Amino acid sequence: MKLITAIIKPFKLDEVKEALKDIGVTGLTVSEARGFGRQGGHTELYRGAEYSIDFMPKVRLEMVVADREEVERIVNVLAAAARTGKIGDGKVWVSEVEWLVRIRTGEMNDDAI
Amino acid sequence: MGLLAAGPGPGRGMGTMPELSAGDTAWMLIATALVLFMTPGLAFFYGGMVRAKNVLGMLMQNFFAMGLLGVLWAVVGFTLAFGNFGDGGWIGNLGWLGLKGVGPTTTILGQGHPISLSLTIPFILFATYQMTFAIITPALITGATADRFKFSAYAIFIGVWLIVVYAPVAHWVFGGGWLAQLGALDFAGGAVVHINAGAAALALCLLLGRRRGWPKELMHPHSLPWTLIGTGILWFGWAGFNAGSALSANGVAAQALYNTFIAASAAMLGWLLVERIKDGKATTLGAASGAVAGLVAITPCAGFVSGMSPIVIGFATGMVCFLAISLKYRFGYDDSLDVVGVHLVGGLMGSILLGLFADKAVNSAGADGLLFGGGPTLLGHQVVASLAVFTFSFVVSLALAKALDLTIGIRVSQDDEQEGLDLSQHAESAYSVS
Repeated sequence: MKLITAIIKPFKLDEVKEALKDIGVTGLTVSEARGFGRQGGHTELYRGAEYSIDFMPKVRLEMVVADREEVERIVNVLAAAARTGKIGDGKVWVSEVEWLVRIRTGEMNDDAI
Repeated sequence: MGLLAAGPGPGRGMGTMPELSAGDTAWMLIATALVLFMTPGLAFFYGGMVRAKNVLGMLMQNFFAMGLLGVLWAVVGFTLAFGNFGDGGWIGNLGWLGLKGVGPTTTILGQGHPISLSLTIPFILFATYQMTFAIITPALITGATADRFKFSAYAIFIGVWLIVVYAPVAHWVFGGGWLAQLGALDFAGGAVVHINAGAAALALCLLLGRRRGWPKELMHPHSLPWTLIGTGILWFGWAGFNAGSALSANGVAAQALYNTFIAASAAMLGWLLVERIKDGKATTLGAASGAVAGLVAITPCAGFVSGMSPIVIGFATGMVCFLAISLKYRFGYDDSLDVVGVHLVGGLMGSILLGLFADKAVNSAGADGLLFGGGPTLLGHQVVASLAVFTFSFVVSLALAKALDLTIGIRVSQDDEQEGLDLSQHAESAYSVS
């Protein structure tokens, strides 16, 4: 089993979700994140005091998929949907999942996907 | 207050109470509620500006003030401020301890004294109206001491401060004490409330020291929407604060209402103009702060000026207070939410400018300022009153806080400050996930 994790720009979430649904991805977890890579932050102003905010709001997506599925295809569809061409688009990475359990039934691994 | 009459009280026979005016009473009932609402408004005005881990700490300090100071005012504060009314002196007495003798009928305060006040509203209403001022004045200090004042020390401090600082100063001005007799004017509390609280705020933030990480660390407002709601409540409630200080539903109250609202408007524009030029953007916090600065400045002037004067006073104060808030960086004191920059400086602006713009045609109980044919006399009185209130409040507040610091300590521990006041002082969390 593989864990696909992506950090994307928040306004792209809807587009990515629809694109993934279209190719049959059935489960997804989304969380709010902050981050920066090459994208610079911005400056905020409060009563004359300037604050440099390095971290940009991002969205983290996570999904666990079976080894037999087309991990490569999912990653490509995700990246295409999330891409704007400007700095700060984010990253996608794939890692190995050792063990998976469906909490409701106790099913494990491939039966839990 | 607009109704003080200089000279011995009206020549009525003893025991004749002034007639109760239904109109005045109705208005003052509402004005009292409006001013009380300003303390929760202040709580959110400040609360939105602190970090999330400290928001309950800020709200608690302000709401607790409504509890403690209300009771203390009834028991001993009112009589210390308004006893010996009109004696031209320094403090009241204990004649109305526990509001004994303060009831539903009208009365004449200070009959036979150099200054007297003939009420057309129930005496108990007058006392309650004054209570709302007594509650919010110490609460103003909380902005300067944000994020690091130990709650137990704060609770004791404001209770004692009400009695040893607020009550005397209120007596000097509102109670017909020596500043009133001198001829200084303060319609709704530019000195009694703003210079007073501002001076105490300065003393306290100097003694408490800076927040850990200030000024380098990022400590931006966690919820400007709260701050803006608070601003709206303050602006709205100030109608009761200033127009209610006429103690009547009459022309002076109406003029005060207009002056109050227009000064806020003009001050917002003044602040935003300087902010836009200096920092490149007009901010929501700037709009809110500018409006409040104008409201502060017009407070002493509200029932004594008219025409373009409140616009000039407001606009000038908006600009000056914007520049004043950078003083804390220049001199290195952590006046966290700019109580000194807005309330002390704004209060001074209003009190001094009143010496220029006061117009006896607006209110016969007032005087003429420098620009209205009165010469420098009133201006001189205003400077004396401002200096006297500032000095007294600063010194006594500093001494009181120091005494507390030497006994129970006034600053939270480093760990508690890091964790945040909400958890460390109150075992609460404002924004739980579930």
